[in-house]
Amino acid sequence: MIQIMFKRLGFFRGIATVLGGTMLLSTSLAHAQLTIDVTTSSGRQVPIAIAPFAMEANAPQNITPLISANLARSGMFRIVNTAGISNLPTEPSQVNYVDWSGRSTEALVIGSIKPLADGRFEVVYRLFDVGKQNQLATTSYTVSASQLRATAHKISDEIYEKLIGEKGVFSTQIAYVLKTGPRYELQVADADGFNPQTVLKSLESIRSPKWSPDGRKLAYVSFESRKSTVVVQNLTTGERRTVANFRGDNYAPNWSPDGNKLVVALSKDSVSQIYVIPASGGEATRITESGGIDTNATFNGDGSQIIFVSDRSGGPQLYSVPASGGTVKRLTFEGNYNVNPRMSPDGKFVAFVNRDASRLRIATLELSNGQVNILTEGPLDDSPSFSPNGRTILYESKAGGRGTLGAVSADGRFKLKLTSQAGDVREPAWGPFGSSGVR
Amino acid sequence: MKNTLIAFGLMVLLAACASKDPVATTKVEDRVPAGGSSTSGLPTTGTTDKTDISGKSGSVDVLTNPNSILSKRVIYFDYNIDAVKPEFASLIQAHASYLAQNRNRKIRLEGHADERGSREYNMALGQRRASAVRQATTILGVGNERIESISFGEDKPRANGHDEASWAQNRRVEIVYDGE
Repeated sequence: MIQIMFKRLGFFRGIATVLGGTMLLSTSLAHAQLTIDVTTSSGRQVPIAIAPFAMEANAPQNITPLISANLARSGMFRIVNTAGISNLPTEPSQVNYVDWSGRSTEALVIGSIKPLADGRFEVVYRLFDVGKQNQLATTSYTVSASQLRATAHKISDEIYEKLIGEKGVFSTQIAYVLKTGPRYELQVADADGFNPQTVLKSLESIRSPKWSPDGRKLAYVSFESRKSTVVVQNLTTGERRTVANFRGDNYAPNWSPDGNKLVVALSKDSVSQIYVIPASGGEATRITESGGIDTNATFNGDGSQIIFVSDRSGGPQLYSVPASGGTVKRLTFEGNYNVNPRMSPDGKFVAFVNRDASRLRIATLELSNGQVNILTEGPLDDSPSFSPNGRTILYESKAGGRGTLGAVSADGRFKLKLTSQAGDVREPAWGPFGSSGVR
Repeated sequence: MKNTLIAFGLMVLLAACASKDPVATTKVEDRVPAGGSSTSGLPTTGTTDKTDISGKSGSVDVLTNPNSILSKRVIYFDYNIDAVKPEFASLIQAHASYLAQNRNRKIRLEGHADERGSREYNMALGQRRASAVRQATTILGVGNERIESISFGEDKPRANGHDEASWAQNRRVEIVYDGE
């Protein structure tokens, strides 16, 4: 029952009634999935007004509340209240710039959703620069009702890119593990948590999902044979291939930037060491040789180095080694527990998990200068994953024995809590641009 | 940690040697937390146990008979520690003796961690514990190829609470025989 509801509603639904009260959660926002739980932004946010689109009330899917939610969730925008402005514009000729400059708005979005004779809709949006009093962008989309949601994400991406100068991530997807009772499900959903689709179900653990660089496959750890093995699953065809099933443990997979290899932790020769295997399976090439545990590896941005965790000096710390093996260099020195490194898309930062006394917190390491920045307070934050534009880090945040998702901007200034309605959500992985996933 | 492990291995070896002389049997108190009945009265070597642990003569359930030390399958660990505690020496020794006499049997050592710590790193902790038990068993003469050590990390807790009492139950290695 829960599962059916979950599938239909999307797992971030139901927050409005539970928490309520943030700027996004007006009652008209029937599809709000996220709440801004903590806003610690001290950075600049672009004030933007989004007027309801013409004929939106009659459309099967509201678009402007989605755009507002997307932009606010990015942490880069402040949504300006449009209440009290008479005759909200839907056409360029109706825009009265004084109305908007009076509200300190820098950008304005207007548009329409026009039903067509064939049952489809023509969606048009226009973005204005209020200060310069000119139109910055406009696009017209002709789409079916089922594509209206995706269209709202596309418009959000266009607005974001125009005003921020980098790509938006609203049309991307995330993967995560959902645990409900004894059942594990590997799911892929839109970046806002909607349209969750189960790509694998198991009564044994599923762990560590990681997107291939082209967004068409997931590598993960499956315990279906009552021990860990690494599986690669094609999201389009559904084909599954066990790529690491050596004696002992096979876990912690991560893709090389070219998508041809996986770095994994194997215990076939001793306790966990780092190996590289072909992404289609095959022989494992050993990369590290230590008496301790070497695990949690990830390739760096250009694939020339592997960053991993080792307890060779006592507590677990981050290290790097050339991707073909060689001299190992220690990267972290603060604290006695630093694990789970993940590369930023530009290859400049590593997000990881730092334990301070009893708190697990998300942190970043700047590779050029070794600077560590603690981004979250814990107490049980784990599994960081960068958004494909590098702006946001998605992570697992355990509370009351149950996993939920949190997001923090890579500079630590903006935090979100994404609460799920049912189950225990774990190990989120943000897909790359163009991840088509299962659709 | 390595030193502790070697020390433990030596202790077990010494106990094994000493036990050839029944008078000199080392007294090791068995404080298996999950065990309902006290086993402290059992000899420390499986070979002189009242129960026949050879597995021959049709006594296949010697591995599950609650009166047999071989039915004890769980080795508990301290927080963040992978050294096998001396109180589990007799248990490991009994299984090593059984394996020595039943050369067709294999075991799997399944390591587990408590929920504290990062999920993926906890895999390594569970594995370290399983590996420590494997080393202790191989020191007693069981071939490495007959023992697979694996980890489930924190995903299969025995106790579901979020306190030390539960965590102590969850930091463990379980011995599983092939076919079980």
